[in-house]
Amino acid sequence: MSESVILPTSKDEAWRYSDIDALEGMDLGTFDAWRDITVPPGETYRECFVVPDDDKVELTRLRIRIGKGARCEIFAVNGGGLFSRIEIVAMLEEAAHFELGGVTLGGRETTREFVVRVAHEEPRATSNQTVRSVHWGRGTGNFLGRIDVVRDAQKTDAAQSFKGLLLDKGASANAVPQLEIYADDVKCEHGATVGQMDEMARYYMAARGIPPEDARKLLVRAFLADAFVALDDEAERERMMDAAIAKLDKHL
Amino acid sequence: MLEIENLHTKVGETEILKGLDLEVNAGEIHAIMGPNGAGKSTLSYALGGRPGYEVTAGSVTFEGQDLLDMEPHERAAAGLFLGFQYPVEIPGISNVQFLREALNSQRKARGEEPLSGGEFLKHAKEQAALLKLDMDMLKRQVNVGFSGGEKKRAEMVQMGILDPKFAVLDETDSGLDIDALRIVGEGINAIMRKPDKGVLIITHYQRLLDYVRPDYVHILSRGQIVKTGGPDLAKQLEEQGYDEVMAA
Repeated sequence: MSESVILPTSKDEAWRYSDIDALEGMDLGTFDAWRDITVPPGETYRECFVVPDDDKVELTRLRIRIGKGARCEIFAVNGGGLFSRIEIVAMLEEAAHFELGGVTLGGRETTREFVVRVAHEEPRATSNQTVRSVHWGRGTGNFLGRIDVVRDAQKTDAAQSFKGLLLDKGASANAVPQLEIYADDVKCEHGATVGQMDEMARYYMAARGIPPEDARKLLVRAFLADAFVALDDEAERERMMDAAIAKLDKHL
Repeated sequence: MLEIENLHTKVGETEILKGLDLEVNAGEIHAIMGPNGAGKSTLSYALGGRPGYEVTAGSVTFEGQDLLDMEPHERAAAGLFLGFQYPVEIPGISNVQFLREALNSQRKARGEEPLSGGEFLKHAKEQAALLKLDMDMLKRQVNVGFSGGEKKRAEMVQMGILDPKFAVLDETDSGLDIDALRIVGEGINAIMRKPDKGVLIITHYQRLLDYVRPDYVHILSRGQIVKTGGPDLAKQLEEQGYDEVMAA
């Protein structure tokens, strides 16, 4: 779409925690590819996807227009690729809803991120984003979440929640919430925390007979489950959780 | 059943237990009382194998096995239950899921068949009813949003479901109102007052002992058992205080 594509640098705000080195030598044509999705008024669109487990750069870019009263749900497991970036721009018309449930997982030197901009362009639209990151080794998880509310988008209700769980000392998680609000009658919530495994919870589970490795898996599973609470298709929810857990199983 | 000999335990650089001796036989209920800082909670955590509670000398034998040689989850599978003074909240995991996992892990370690979902729920329902705890509570996340009293009752439901051979109950009576105290006391009797089981109740106050009558009462002070008596010793403590009783 853009006329003069150049590769970003870490000085670009939206790429500041990305693995810029991994982009080197990329074909600029594929680099700037966006997929457009239009959800017609009143309709519901859902997409669940798992980033393939490889050692490449994985860029997934979605530009979504959500029509009046329509609903769009995106659920993603971002646990593949040396550097994997899921970038979403969601534009909401009147009374539309956008739902994002995402997890990032990874060890070694991998970087997995969500970069999301939700634009409330008309009144009464709602949005909810829940991202959970679990990283180990020297892995990094990022969530850059921007919410724009234009001047006339009254009664906007937007929420954003990020939690990071770091299993090793070298792992990291970054959260950058950004709210640009130009309407006065809106509700916007955001929260971000990063922590380690709750050792007291693990001991409590051990004291009841649960072996430490099983306790760890149960705790991580419970942590990730938040991201898929809003997914009301049980089979899909299981598929997403299984994909995330399979990724973890190799490392826990 | 449980023999503790010359137990020394350090927390950080500080030695808390300084040569504690105690023997509990099957069919007996013992109470340990003592002033703040005597080492009561350290004793329960040392028995439960909590990281950071380092046993530097002595031995603990549980049904002929070296308890200190086992990992915390192995101690549970061997039949030891530790009732926590401050039960831990685990967001995202329901009591039902947690306890089924715990029970089946223990059964697996003992070479027994796991319980199916249906069998487990039936068993859990019976135990919850005993402690007058709603099944809805068991469907909620482990201890999340529970009041102090609910947490303690939930601990006892856990004990009922796991059906241990030996329970160490660390200040299970704290945070309970009068009615809950009676319910918990009756629960302990129903679950643990059996010829093949043993209980060690660690408490500040005598009041739980009105419901669960101990066979022996010990006073713990500065990391050692300094006095042992019958149930009357607890009453005497309540009336006269630690200083006077220990000086006598």
